[in-house]
Amino acid sequence: MATRRLTRKEQMQQAILYPVDWLEERSGLVGAVKYFLFRKVPGDTNWFQTLGSATLTAFIVQALTGTILAMYYKPDPNSAYDSIQHITNDIWAGWLVRGMHRWGASVFIILMFMHMGRVFLFGAYKYPRELNWIIGVLLLASGLGEGFTGYLLPWDQTAYWATVVGININGTAPFLGPFLAQFLQGGTYINADTLSRFYAIHMLMIPGAIAALIGLHLYLVIRLGVTSPPWSKEAAGTGPLDGETPNGKVGRAGLSRFRRGR
Amino acid sequence: MTEPHDDHPHVPGPSLWPVGFAVGIVVLLVGVIISWWVAGLGGLIALAFAFLWVRDLTAGTPLAHAPEVAPETGGAAAADAPATATIHEDAEERYPRSKFLELSTLGLGGVIGGIVTAPAIGFMVAPAFLKQGQKDHDLGPISDFPEGKYVIATYMADKSQGEVSRRTAFVRYNGQLKGQPSFTIISNHCAHLGCPVQANGPLDEKNTKTFGDVTLIPTVSIAGFGCPCHGGQYNTEGNRIAGPPVRALDRYAFSIRNGRLFIGKPFSVSHVDGAGSSAVIHKWAFSFPGEHVNGLESWLYPIQPPH
Repeated sequence: MATRRLTRKEQMQQAILYPVDWLEERSGLVGAVKYFLFRKVPGDTNWFQTLGSATLTAFIVQALTGTILAMYYKPDPNSAYDSIQHITNDIWAGWLVRGMHRWGASVFIILMFMHMGRVFLFGAYKYPRELNWIIGVLLLASGLGEGFTGYLLPWDQTAYWATVVGININGTAPFLGPFLAQFLQGGTYINADTLSRFYAIHMLMIPGAIAALIGLHLYLVIRLGVTSPPWSKEAAGTGPLDGETPNGKVGRAGLSRFRRGR
Repeated sequence: MTEPHDDHPHVPGPSLWPVGFAVGIVVLLVGVIISWWVAGLGGLIALAFAFLWVRDLTAGTPLAHAPEVAPETGGAAAADAPATATIHEDAEERYPRSKFLELSTLGLGGVIGGIVTAPAIGFMVAPAFLKQGQKDHDLGPISDFPEGKYVIATYMADKSQGEVSRRTAFVRYNGQLKGQPSFTIISNHCAHLGCPVQANGPLDEKNTKTFGDVTLIPTVSIAGFGCPCHGGQYNTEGNRIAGPPVRALDRYAFSIRNGRLFIGKPFSVSHVDGAGSSAVIHKWAFSFPGEHVNGLESWLYPIQPPH
């Protein structure tokens, strides 16, 4: 049979698919993304279960706006306040980006708590997802750490004294508290290094930890699947699922059951 | 066993020439810094060894086939296995050597990681705890401090750091004690969580004196100190009289040199009995705000970092 001329539509499809196939053949990335996005979820999930991805979105907004703010901010006791004024009043759209970062911080924290509340009320922290709850708690602590270290950066009176109080609250922890406080402010008193210290913690150390923890968090979500709401009739993901385990044993630590279960 | 194959691994025979070549290159590079003669010598060495090496590789003589090595097998298994046993029969088998390599990789990696990490962690942590002492600071002639009245003194503890090192102390001249001038110097760091306590009373700001980085603001008459953050209240000796603070306000040691007042090191105070020059100050090691210095709760802070 003679080769039929491709229709225009088919030509278009081929042109679009070629780079996708090229990438897939060499990296498997397309399949990975599909695996990540097109998962089976219980049929009766609802809007409450979007709080986690909303929190992720808020974090991405913080990371992006924070990176851009870092292009103009100067973490030095003598110029930090002026650089914030410059960002807010002089630079085009500076007020907007700083506002996004400043209010987005609150949004991020609030969403984390709401997400946590949803997980708690849905019982989604139960076996086999305990580990993901623990990672979530670490993420919450890291997020609060971001709030604490970021609060100093405007370097105005509120920032300064709120940080003094915050550091001294750390200092009242038993045994290691005084060492923690002195480590945080880089000396007996707040000094010239404290601001850049907080800046480094705020924009390098903790965000790196948060990104890594988010990776683990999502990995476990994908591996273990999404829980049904408590009122679900499907009861998917609420108990041991049927189906063989890969090695025929009753799952070691139960995890292998869930790998296949979905 | 010895059928000719084309797909034998063609591994060059063992050779020492590359070592000589490398030495020549090193001498050449050192010579670039030291002297052109040395560089030339290095170049000659490198060339000579490169020639020998290349000849070795190309002359065909020792373009040896890789020696046939019998697959290593664990003792008992080797004895039982037929002579034709190959590595493919049990891909899972582990060799003692691989265990050694695994351990040495982990060990070396750990050592290298430690060598790199230890100074970095130390660089992060140590400066917060080293050289924390505070130098004495000149607050001016003692005649600037009227007897029985507090003067609010602010000064830069470390001029190289600038305004961020500014501290505030409340200084009161108590008159003479056994022929020596007596001062009460109270820190403005609230013993609750470190906010700046304020003088409860009118200031005499018109008579403010300024010299260098020191500012002295006299007070008219004050009834004590209060903290704006959480409402801690102290009397004129710095004793807590209300609110959340856990002890009295910190104080500073002082010295007098050539008729000038020098503010010294801070120390913590649990409480003060009496007042003025006859006060009995219950002194403790300088502690962060919010820490009990005496009583049962002080057991929570057995060791203080070097302040």
